[in-house]
Amino acid sequence: MLDSEALLELYRKMVGIRLFEDAAQRGFRKGRIGGYLHMYIGQEAVATGFLESYQEGDRIITAYRDHAHALLLGATPREVMAELYGKGTGLVKGKGGSMHLFDVDNGFYGGYGIVGGHIPLGVGMAYSAAYNKENSIVQLYLGDGAIHNGAFHEAANLAGLWGKDGLNPCLFVLENNQYGMGTSVERATANTNLGSKFDSYGIEWEQVDGMDIEAVINAARKASERVRESGKPYAIEALTYRIVPHGAADFLEKYRSKEEVKKWRERDPIGLLEKKLTDAGVEDETLEKIRAEAKEKADDAVTFAEESPEPDLSELTTDVYASDMHIADAG
Amino acid sequence: MPVKTYRDALRAAMAEEMQRDESVVLLGEDIGVYGGTHLVTNGLIDEFGPKRVIDTPISENGFTGAAIGMAMAGMKPVVEMMTWNFSFQAADQIIQNAAKLRYFSGGQVHVPLVIRGPNGGGVQLSAQHTHSLEGFYGHFPGLKVVSPVTPEDVKGMMLEAIRDPDPVIFLEAGALYGTKGEVPDGDYTVGFGKARVAREGADVTLVAYGRQVNMLLRVAEELAKEGVQAEVIDLRSIRPFDTETIIESVKKTNRAVVVQEQWRWFSVASEVAALIQEHAFDYLDAPVERVSGAEVPAPYARNLEVAAFPSEANILEAVQRVLYQESK
Repeated sequence: MLDSEALLELYRKMVGIRLFEDAAQRGFRKGRIGGYLHMYIGQEAVATGFLESYQEGDRIITAYRDHAHALLLGATPREVMAELYGKGTGLVKGKGGSMHLFDVDNGFYGGYGIVGGHIPLGVGMAYSAAYNKENSIVQLYLGDGAIHNGAFHEAANLAGLWGKDGLNPCLFVLENNQYGMGTSVERATANTNLGSKFDSYGIEWEQVDGMDIEAVINAARKASERVRESGKPYAIEALTYRIVPHGAADFLEKYRSKEEVKKWRERDPIGLLEKKLTDAGVEDETLEKIRAEAKEKADDAVTFAEESPEPDLSELTTDVYASDMHIADAG
Repeated sequence: MPVKTYRDALRAAMAEEMQRDESVVLLGEDIGVYGGTHLVTNGLIDEFGPKRVIDTPISENGFTGAAIGMAMAGMKPVVEMMTWNFSFQAADQIIQNAAKLRYFSGGQVHVPLVIRGPNGGGVQLSAQHTHSLEGFYGHFPGLKVVSPVTPEDVKGMMLEAIRDPDPVIFLEAGALYGTKGEVPDGDYTVGFGKARVAREGADVTLVAYGRQVNMLLRVAEELAKEGVQAEVIDLRSIRPFDTETIIESVKKTNRAVVVQEQWRWFSVASEVAALIQEHAFDYLDAPVERVSGAEVPAPYARNLEVAAFPSEANILEAVQRVLYQESK
């Protein structure tokens, strides 16, 4: 059981992400943000809890629902918002957008747009960590939709295999938010016990309530230690729910009922944490103050993004090659 | 200078770099205990052990992606595609991750990865096991694509590829693994983006890469008997591309024939022809000829396969057309 100081700090982080994304959603509706915008709203306890176990040198990789991971690892709301706005001050200079946040100095290795495609990369990074005796681990996040993809199965097989020799300190974080886009787990597989997919590859796993920040923190801490010490992969299926549409453009939500969403809203991880805090005697005022600060930060990020310049056109052709070779259009 | 086979030159490059640099590891199917389907990696597992010569299950997407992850974390993996035909299984990793990571990360990561293996056909492996993928991979910004033909080049270009900070698609002339040539000992590199003039001549420019270069050299011998001096250019590298050497040659000869095993549509030869008309239009005395593979999936039967690929006879006919000679 964490003390109320620690819980307040977590509350600050989770509310920070929530209000940041609320602001991003407004920017999207106003047409200031292009492309896709995938929200983490409802899932905040998962990344927040797992990244409490982050140690310097660890590598974090996820798919496209990546705003929270970047923010939690230390990217500023300003540079993340500027990226969403496609500005030159963005986290990746306006070259990636919402789906491709990267902050390598803080251990964040992206930010990928193809479901499942990033999973082998995480397993390879874990091999490298063990090969170089770094004592670091990889936290590899994937959604329930990705687990049906071939890349997952090939990579999990390699992780299990390499883990036999202590060569794969990879912590798989399966964020089961119940839907791969609009397709429910039940409509995607006959074996809906998703964590059991890891059994096939000799990877041990457990389930955790992804809405309960304390439960997530405890599970993540034990799992991270175990992975760090053994060099073997391990998986945690965090049961969670995306209480907003899949992307900011998914407003019909024909694939799920309002009642279902309402039921899950009652288990909103921020609401649950608020209850814990008030039960522990924390005043409403204190929480209100944290929310106000978070709102201010999000607004500041929006202002910064609005006022930032677009990327310089000379940036179009940089970063294609590390040597900064550019092949002219004519060949 | 010592004489080595193409295969041994390739192995020497990898072994020497592995001795110099611990971050170099090899991954692929049956490259270790088995010795490699084409014996390119034979014996390396004994020298470097299974942590550095990694036998993988048959899962190209998985191990190619893992190698990309290793590269992002600072290693220098060299992946063997048992044949490039299997790389379609890994195409998402190669194209969507390796080629683009540097760009969409805003320059925060780079991918010092080599993917190598035999490319092209000619040994009756039929449709699914016969592809020439230089045009396909050459299409994607972020990749470097090379195709060496001499044992000397294959060693120097492999060393260059491993040291290159970007992903390199290393297309080997699989049919030539057993061919011999002089190969310098020790450390040397052959830089990318510089074509090789394999034979000098003033009457017609013949352009190819990979095993078709050897075909062009034989055709040039034939032409020489009739008093036609052909200049043979080995592109070596598809991306980056050496426009200058080709244009200089065409300005001298005023005629060009480009030869490739791959299909013609949207291919390297088409690109070369376009570059020539762009940069040397006023120097041309005849339209640029392309000699390519037949527009069919590769057939099995020997006679059909031979007919599906460029032959010396096809090339001679194309040369005669650009010289406005009667065909015999």
